[in-house]
Amino acid sequence: MEEKRKMIKVYLAGELFKVPEGSTIMMALEYAGFQLKRGVGCREGYCGACGTVYREKGDYKLQGGLACQTVVTDGMAVAQIPFVPAEKPTYDLEDLTPDVNTFTELFPSVFRCVSCNTCTKACPQDIEVMDYIQAIIRGDIAKAADISFDCIRCGLCAMRCPAEIVQYDVATLARRLTGKYLSKKSPELDKRLEEMEAGKFDEEIKKLKNMPKDKLTKEYYNREIKIS
Amino acid sequence: MKLPYFPGCTLKTTAKNFESSALATAKKIGMELIELDRWNCCGVVSSLTSDDLMKHLAPVRNFLRVQEMNKQEKIKDENRLVTLCAMCYNTLSLSNKRMQENPDDLDKINDFMHKEEEDYHGNVDVVHFLSILKEYGFKKLASKVINPLKDMKVASYYGCTLLRPKEISIDDTEDPKLMEDLVETLGAKVIDWDAKSRCCGSYHTVNNVDIVHRLVQGIIDDARKHGAEAIITSCPLCAFNLDTRQSEIKEKNDDFQTIPIYYFTQLMGIALGIEENELGLEFNKIDPNALLKDLKLI
Ligand code: SF4
Ligand code: SF4
Repeated sequence: MEEKRKMIKVYLAGELFKVPEGSTIMMALEYAGFQLKRGVGCREGYCGACGTVYREKGDYKLQGGLACQTVVTDGMAVAQIPFVPAEKPTYDLEDLTPDVNTFTELFPSVFRCVSCNTCTKACPQDIEVMDYIQAIIRGDIAKAADISFDCIRCGLCAMRCPAEIVQYDVATLARRLTGKYLSKKSPELDKRLEEMEAGKFDEEIKKLKNMPKDKLTKEYYNREIKIS
Repeated sequence: MKLPYFPGCTLKTTAKNFESSALATAKKIGMELIELDRWNCCGVVSSLTSDDLMKHLAPVRNFLRVQEMNKQEKIKDENRLVTLCAMCYNTLSLSNKRMQENPDDLDKINDFMHKEEEDYHGNVDVVHFLSILKEYGFKKLASKVINPLKDMKVASYYGCTLLRPKEISIDDTEDPKLMEDLVETLGAKVIDWDAKSRCCGSYHTVNNVDIVHRLVQGIIDDARKHGAEAIITSCPLCAFNLDTRQSEIKEKNDDFQTIPIYYFTQLMGIALGIEENELGLEFNKIDPNALLKDLKLI
């Protein structure tokens, strides 16, 4: 007989539910009958769509995490953040320079940072968020790109920043500028782009597109990653 | 001698020539300014509100880095934190003073700090590089001068932030002499003038540029009236206003006589015989070379 899993209590959007122990927040939400349309994505901890805030029983701290990666604990109170309504400037990378002036123009709020480190505390990726904001302030764009490399744009840092900085958009711009203007150029990339233009991979893409899901899944997990 | 050093954001962006010249001069006289690990912006302007502790987090976090450097033995029993930018000096000093005088505030900040290994104990001493030079001794410094700034008539500009408020002033608030002593040490002629601690207009430069034009013109006219050929400063914002705004003033007023603006460390560098490429003179707006060439200093 299948062993019965122990049930624990969680508060989902203010309502009490009993869910199996060991569930992630996302599993708990679905177990409780919530249909997730927003605030859900890859379910693998990569896409950053499921930013969630929670508080554990007996803890005064409001914590942030990804619903698909965070395991519920007994008495946990959870609120999902399906979307972060942050201001987002538009720009054309071609018109920008990889220096501090670009950020003064597009993200003036960066200069309001008070070094409280609340962003770092909120980050589920353990990124030193404050450090990359500070790197921008002193014009070290490449360093900001480097520190923020693992950012999945979940938005939790921005939700908690007292200076109303949209860290992940700032970091995205830093990485774009670094990629375009500051990093070493890769001749391999140009070659690959030419190959793509010439249709070298069209046949393969077509094959993948028409593959049944189970076969595609198998292929995906068996894929070979070459790092040279 | 190894000293912990806080550069501040401007010295990494628009005032790179201040940093490069200062580091080179310090090295020349046997001092090593060691940049703090993971420093953050000082906060730029010291918050005057008594109930807003948030603005003091940034300075205190930097003081923690000094404690850490001592602990890691990157420096030995050195609680002085050297600054170059006059604004950083002002902001850091005022916060430090508040922490030292208000243990309750310090407790609150220490409680709030996240991921910091230890509390700030209030022991750091924020000092300006000019004070370090005074302590080093102007006599001793004079012995290192190999290219005296002979006949150069230099007006020392303190602006606001090195002198006010009084409690953190690097010298006599009303009648400072520190920079003049340095100028004399370098072999130049000290200009006694009226505008040395007048405000340059500071942040009005962002959206009230007329005010800055008026104040800068007043300061430079006064320097010229007293016979100065050059002005030295230790503040990147003053330097920006005094240097960059001159061409605009000249456009409005043809009689206006421009004057080169130097960081004090640039002229020190010339006098100590430091390579020109370390002084970053190419970043100065009003031609800094003509006068130096006239006087056969470069
Ligand atoms: S930096 Fe901000 S947006 Fe990026 S992963 Fe961390 S919390 Fe999420
Ligand atoms: S939360 Fe905002 S103000 Fe605080 S350190 Fe991070 S970016 Fe700066």
